[in-house]
Parts: sequence; structure tokens; C-alpha cells
Amino acid sequence: MQEFDVRGQRLAALCLLGLVLFSYPVLAVFNAHATIRGIPVLYAYFFVAWGALIALIALVIERPD
Amino acid sequence: MLETWVVIFIPFAYLGLLFAIAYYADRRADAGRSLIASPYIYSLSLAVYATAWTFYGSVGRAAENGVGFLPIYIGPTLMIALWWVVMRKILRISKQNRITSLADFIASRYGKSALLGGVVTVIAVIGILPYISLQLKAVSYSFNTMLQYPELIIPAGNGPLLGDTAFWVALFLAAFTILFGTRHLDTAEHHEGMVAAIAFESLVKLVAFVAVGAWVTWGLYNGFGDIFARAAADPELEPMLAPFGGVGGDYSSWIWLTILSMFAIMFLPRQFQVTVIENKDEAHLRKAIWLFPLYMLAINVFVLPIAFGGLLHFPRGSADADAFVLTLPMSQKQELLALVVFIGGLSAATGMVIVETIALSTMVCNDLVMPVLLRMRTLRLNERSDLTRLLLGIRRGAIVLILLLGYLYFKVAGEAYALVSTGLISFAAVAQFAPAALGGIFWKDATRRGALAGLTAGFAVWSYTLLLPAFARSDWLPIGFLEHGPFGIELLKPLALFGISGLDQITHAMIWSMLANVGAYVGVSLLRAPGADEHRQASLFVDVYKRPGEAGGAQFWRGTASAADLFNLLARFIGLRAAGDAFTDYARERGLEQPEERREADADLVHFVEKQLAGVIGAASAHIMLASVVKEEALTLDEVRAVLDDASQLVVYSHRLEQKSQQLERATQELRAANERLTEVDRMKDEFVSTVSHELRTPLTSIRSFTEILHDNPHLPAAERERFLGIVIKEAERLTRLISQVLDVSRLESGRVEWHESLIDMREVIEDTAASTSQLFRERNVLLERSVPARVPKVKADLDRIVQVVVNLLSNAVKFIEPGRGRVEISLAEEGGFLRLDVRDNGPGISLEHQELIFEKFRQAGDPLTGKPQGSGLGLYISRRIVEHSGGRLWVSSRPGEGACFSFTLPLVNEATLGKAA
Repeated sequence: MQEFDVRGQRLAALCLLGLVLFSYPVLAVFNAHATIRGIPVLYAYFFVAWGALIALIALVIERPD
Repeated sequence: MLETWVVIFIPFAYLGLLFAIAYYADRRADAGRSLIASPYIYSLSLAVYATAWTFYGSVGRAAENGVGFLPIYIGPTLMIALWWVVMRKILRISKQNRITSLADFIASRYGKSALLGGVVTVIAVIGILPYISLQLKAVSYSFNTMLQYPELIIPAGNGPLLGDTAFWVALFLAAFTILFGTRHLDTAEHHEGMVAAIAFESLVKLVAFVAVGAWVTWGLYNGFGDIFARAAADPELEPMLAPFGGVGGDYSSWIWLTILSMFAIMFLPRQFQVTVIENKDEAHLRKAIWLFPLYMLAINVFVLPIAFGGLLHFPRGSADADAFVLTLPMSQKQELLALVVFIGGLSAATGMVIVETIALSTMVCNDLVMPVLLRMRTLRLNERSDLTRLLLGIRRGAIVLILLLGYLYFKVAGEAYALVSTGLISFAAVAQFAPAALGGIFWKDATRRGALAGLTAGFAVWSYTLLLPAFARSDWLPIGFLEHGPFGIELLKPLALFGISGLDQITHAMIWSMLANVGAYVGVSLLRAPGADEHRQASLFVDVYKRPGEAGGAQFWRGTASAADLFNLLARFIGLRAAGDAFTDYARERGLEQPEERREADADLVHFVEKQLAGVIGAASAHIMLASVVKEEALTLDEVRAVLDDASQLVVYSHRLEQKSQQLERATQELRAANERLTEVDRMKDEFVSTVSHELRTPLTSIRSFTEILHDNPHLPAAERERFLGIVIKEAERLTRLISQVLDVSRLESGRVEWHESLIDMREVIEDTAASTSQLFRERNVLLERSVPARVPKVKADLDRIVQVVVNLLSNAVKFIEPGRGRVEISLAEEGGFLRLDVRDNGPGISLEHQELIFEKFRQAGDPLTGKPQGSGLGLYISRRIVEHSGGRLWVSSRPGEGACFSFTLPLVNEATLGKAA
């Protein structure tokens, strides 16, 4: 079995993507006093980005070989 | 409905239900129908990560600084993405080496070092105490709050009542955990009942939290928008909507919290327990990798609404935000909801306490107490016949002790911090395991000394920068220690080490402890090469995928032991019956006689027993125990290296062997094909020889009979003699033609033909052949028509051979045609880079099934009227070979009764080569 298979590489890339999404400077972009549909943009961003990241992980891991 | 007796009765009833679930799951497991062998149960059991911290503390944290609770859940999400590589490997290693705990894992990796296992255990126990105290605090807190209903009094400080409650909670949970986790010993440390109960608790706490969240959002307020709009209108709350750089701290502390949680999700003892030790199937990881983050997302959606809802609802400062989840429904007399929340919080806290203390008690027993006891010769443990009771006793004692220590920490330091801050201290402690554990599975040259140095250095810095300040804040140490440093040395202030200030406490501690930990780990590892034991274990861990099956390890052992001794040893730890079963299984799997009947044990059996033991008492203890009955000859480092090299050489060899055998197979196939071709050619040759002989005999017979007539009858009339001689000459000609054609065929087939290629003009070829066959046409009274363009490009071919082809086609046409009415048309045309020549006749035509046959040797369509062949049957075969050699194609198109058209093409010479040729 290959230790670092293609799936592992894709998931590692998603981990890096997550690190970028949830750190400076991306967070600073959304750290604003504004709302979207009544919800502060920062809070909306967190949950949308988090959900999207989980969806991507699910997509990569559940894709048949 | 929240009378005192209800509040007291409910926790008992709920824990009773948990126990029933666990009991049922254990029964199912014993019956071989596991309840927990599902990726969904596995994912839910991972959610033991969400404790009272999540259930109560997140809201408190959010009420303080907005999004500060989130990195604790985003970090694990990021880490889990790496699990496909990292955790899969840890799972594989742990299954192959029967790892029983995190301490066992690290100790095994670094040469089954009992010292290292002990150090890990001590760090884990001390590090986790704040975390356990947090759960005790949350449970007693919520319990007391419930008891005060309908009044909303938040008990503050270390009142005697609260303290006592926490004490009873600790004792009660200890009793419950003992019932739960240490009823019997399992050789693989599996607790199926516990896992089932934990998974159930994960569902309960999620449902409870979402219920109260939804109620606050839509019951108390009018949806998310309403809550956030009110918060934005409040000058005190407004800054929390964009908290970074202000109330939420800076980005660096955010990043450190994320990294901290990434390590916590792997190295908290209870997470290691449910993820690795209780794992039933590696494949379950796949679903868990996205389901568990989804769970964390779901349980966090309502944290902010509840936090803001509570802050807006209660007068500022009058209520503890850590308890909003419970006090909000209570303030609105939502009794049922309050009860659900209470049970949810209980689930979160008890789940954590149960799994954490079971994991820690296993570590304390296997990696701390047993190695020490086993080394104390005066105890004569080696001679005791049954140690299972002792093992269970140690574990039960450890559970009680850990919970009481947790209570003690709560009394000493618990009140100074909010729930989350208390938990983070524990996170920082377990993060110290990351370098040794992660380095251990990827870096072969890491050594035991390196791991020891890293762990102790990291732990020392952690104690100094996090644990001591927690005590100092609670007045158990002089506070001046914090403000001016020890002995007034400012440089050593625990919260601003070496003058680095401006960081929050966790970030500060993480930076220094990780620096010390990784630095010492790498530095000391590089100082000295690993010893034989370490080298062997390193290779078992790092190269786990390269070593098939559980067999790995036996090859490293050399020594003598008696099978009976081994059996007795195993029986002392797991009982006579279990040991008997294990030995029977062993023999059956390998198709051997009963091993206990043999006198000498081989390396494989010794290794088997050690693994069984390791499953009960950990690798380090098992190693010590085994040494007592086995006369082991220690392998030197060189020998271990040699074994490893042999193994890798073996892999290389077997790879080469495989390649060779594949080549061999290919060669065999080629040979077989060649052989088939040869047989076919041989058959064809035989056929050819017999056909040729037959063909030769016909004219020979005819010549012989006519010459005999002439010889026997000298007085034949002149006209008769003339006729006979004419026949003889004709047959002789036919014979000559046949022989020359046979020679042609054999030359063509063997490739011995000399080709004299030149640029030829096909018009001339047609003129020449028409002239040379004109006699034939005249004889049979057949008309030859020519349709040739004025100019045609030249083609490159052997002139004589092409003439031979055209003559053959023309004579064939004449031969089969009806004399007198026949017409043959020869035409020439240019067609897509080829010159095409057609010979069309109005003869009887050729039936479809004969159209390919006639191009084979000695096949001919024959005269449809007489059925008698009229040629050698080689002409078309030779012609086709000639045309194909010149790069063209020869074929026939015909329909019976409508004549036949033989065509062939020759490639045109392009201008460039033409110029060169000229």
C-alpha cells in the first residue's frame, strides 16, 4: 500500500487550504462590521468556509478509487 | 417538574440507561455480533471530543470574545484531513503491535522503553487533571444550579456545598467508570460497551445543544438576524462582531489555538483510545474523516446565538456566561428544556471522564505501576499464579486516584479560570506528545534519549508557564512569583519568559514548550545513533506498510524458552482458559501440533506470547515479563541491521524474481507462438510438396504416354506423329512453366529474389505485354481493348516482374473467357497517390467464396464448364507477392456471370525522390 497516495496528497492540500482560509490575512478580510442577511460577515464566513471544506474532504475521501 | 428529587434521580436514571446500553453491547460483542462495527458509531464515538467544555464552555468563551471558541474545532477538521496518511499508519502500527494506549505506543516505538512509557504516563495524568476538574466543575455547577430552581442563583466561589458536590460527583463517576471499564480484562483492551455508550452520549449532547440553540434563536428571539441586529445595536457587544485585533485577540494566538487543537485531537489519551485502540476496522476511518468534522460544525452553529442571547437577556455581569445554556431556559421556566440541557451536559462530561480515566488507568497500570512491581524482586510477582485480579485492582485504584486528583485540582486551581481556559492547559500538555509520536512514525533515526529529552523539556516548560501560574493565581503559591519572577529574576517570569511579553498565556507557553520539546528531541536524537532495540522498533513502525501481516518482529528474536513456561506466563495474566484458547488458536492458525506439548519454543511462539501479553500489560511490561522466562541472547545493533538489510534485500530479490518470471512467461508465450507457426509452415510445406508432385506428374504422365506411343509405333502416319509431338512439346512447356513458377514461389517466400527496381512507364508495360500476348488473343479470338491516358507518372518497380504480373492477368482473362465473343479491357488510371491498372473481362466471373481463395497457392476457380483446372494455380499468388513487395495491392472484384475485374495498384514516386532518382 502506498503511504502517500493521490487521495492522501489531495487531503493534505485541503489541510493547507484550510490553514490559509482560517488565518491571517484571509480572516482580516472578513473581520468587518458588516452583515450579510443580518448575520455578521465574519460569522457567516466561518461557517460557510468550514462547511465547504468538510464537503471537499468528503468528496475526496468518498470518491471511488 | 424540577423538584429536588427529580434533579437527583435523573442523573442516576440516565447513567443507568448508559450502563444498560454498554451491557447490551458487551453481550453482543461476546456473541460475535458487534454493535459498534460501523463507521457511523465510530464517528460518533470520536465525538467524545466534545465535552462539558464544548457544551457549556464554548458559549462562555464566545461571550467573552466572539469567535474565540472556534479554533478548537477547526483545528481538528484540518488535522483530520491528514488522517488518511497519518492515522491510517498509526492504526496499522497499533494493530500489528497490539498497542494498548498512547504511552504504550510511544514506549514501543523507542525500543519498548519502560522509562519512556512511565514519563508519558506521568505527563498525561498531570496534564489531563485540569481537564477532568473542568468536567467535575461543570457537572456540579449545573447540578447545583438545577437544585436552586426556580431561583436563578449562580453559586460562586469555593462554597462548601459546591466543593462537596464536586467531591461526590468525582466519587460517583469513579464508581461508574470502574463498573464500566474494568469488569474484566480484555487482551486487546477493547471496551465495546463503553464505545456504544459513548456514541449514544454523543447523540444526546448534540440533540440537547441543538434543541436549546434553536429555542434561543427562534423561541426567545426572532432568528439569527434578530439576535445579531440587537447585538450590533449594543455598544458593549458590537466590537465582538468583528473581534480580531480587539476583544478576540490577535491572529497569532488564533493560529496557536488551531495548532494546539490539531495535536489534541490525536494525542488526548481518550481520543487515542477511541480512535486507535477501540477501532474495529481501518475502513471506518473513511467515513469518520468527514462525519466527525460535520458533527463539530453542527454542535457549534448555535454557540454564538446562545452567547449573545444570554448577554442581551441577563443584566450585564449578573450571570456566568459558562452557564447560559442552562440558565436561559430556566429563566423562562422552560423546565423540560432545562432538564434536556442538564442531561446533555451530563452526557458531555461523563463521556469524557469515563473514556479519559479508562485510558489513563490503562496507562498507569501498564506503563507505570506494573514495570515497577515486576522489577521488585522481593514481591515475587513472577511466581504468582494469577495476576488478573492484581491488574484489575491497579486499574480501579488508578481510576479513583485520577478522579480524586482532578477534584483536588478543581479545589486548588479550578475557580480561577473559565472552563475553556482550564481545558486549554490540558491541551498544551498533550501537545507535548506530538513530536515524539509523529516523529516516531516517519523518522527512523529518532532515539529513545531524544524522545525522553523532548518530552521532559516540553513538560517542564509547560509546568512552569501554565501549571505553576494556575496555582499562583489561586493563592497556593505566592503571587509575587508571577509578577517579579522566581527570586526576583525578571527574566524568568513564568508568563513572560526571557522578557517575551504581549502574548496570551497559551501562545506564550506553546511557543516556548514546543521550542524546547522539538529542539531537545531532534538535537539529542542526532547526538547518538539508535541502539539495536530502537532500530528494530523504528523499522517496525516507520516501515509498517512494507512488512506484511503480524509476523513482523519474530525475526529479531533469538534465544531459548520452553513452551510450558510461556504458557504459564500467559495464563498468569489472562487466566488459564483464555491462555489455553490463545495457544489453541495459535496452533490452528499455523497448522501445528499443540504448542504446549512441545518442549522448545521457537521465535514465532515467543513473539506471539509477547504480543498477547502486550495487549494486557503493555509492550514495556510484557518485555520485562518475558525476559524472566526466556533466555534471550541480545541481538547486537549490527545483527539487527543485518536482519533489516536481509529483509529489504529479500524484498528486492523477490521483486527481481517476479520480473524474471514475468519475462520467462512472455518468452514462453513467444516460443509457443513460434512453435505454432513452425508447425503450420511444416504442414504447408508437406502440402506444397505433395501438390507440386501431383502437378508435375500430370504433364509428365502425358509426355511419357505420348512418347511411348511414338516409340512403340514407328510407322505412325506423319500427321498423327506430328500431333503427338505437338502435345509432347506443349506439355513440356507447361512443365517448364510450372517448375519456373515453383522456383519463383520458393524464392519469393525465402526472400532470395533479386529486385531490379527502376522507374518504369506503365504505358510501355501495357504495350509490351499486349504485343507478347497478342498471339494468345488471336488464337482464342478475343478482343483486347486498351484505355490508357496520354500521360501517366512513372512508378518505381522491377520491370520484368511487373510485366510478369500483367501477362499473368491477361492470360488468365483469356483463358477463362468464351472464345469468339470475349472482350478484355485493360485500363490505367491515377488514384490517390497510386497508379491503378484494371484488367476487365466478360467471362463467367468468380463466385464470392472463391475470390480470396484464388490468391492462395495451387488454388484455382477452375473451368466452371469442365471443372478441369487450366493452370498451375501459382500465377495469382506470385503476382500478389510481387505487387505487395512493390508497395501496392492486388485484388479482384467480380460477380458470377458478369465477368471479373483484376486490379492492382503501385505507389507513385513523389517528385522529390523522382528528382533524386533522375
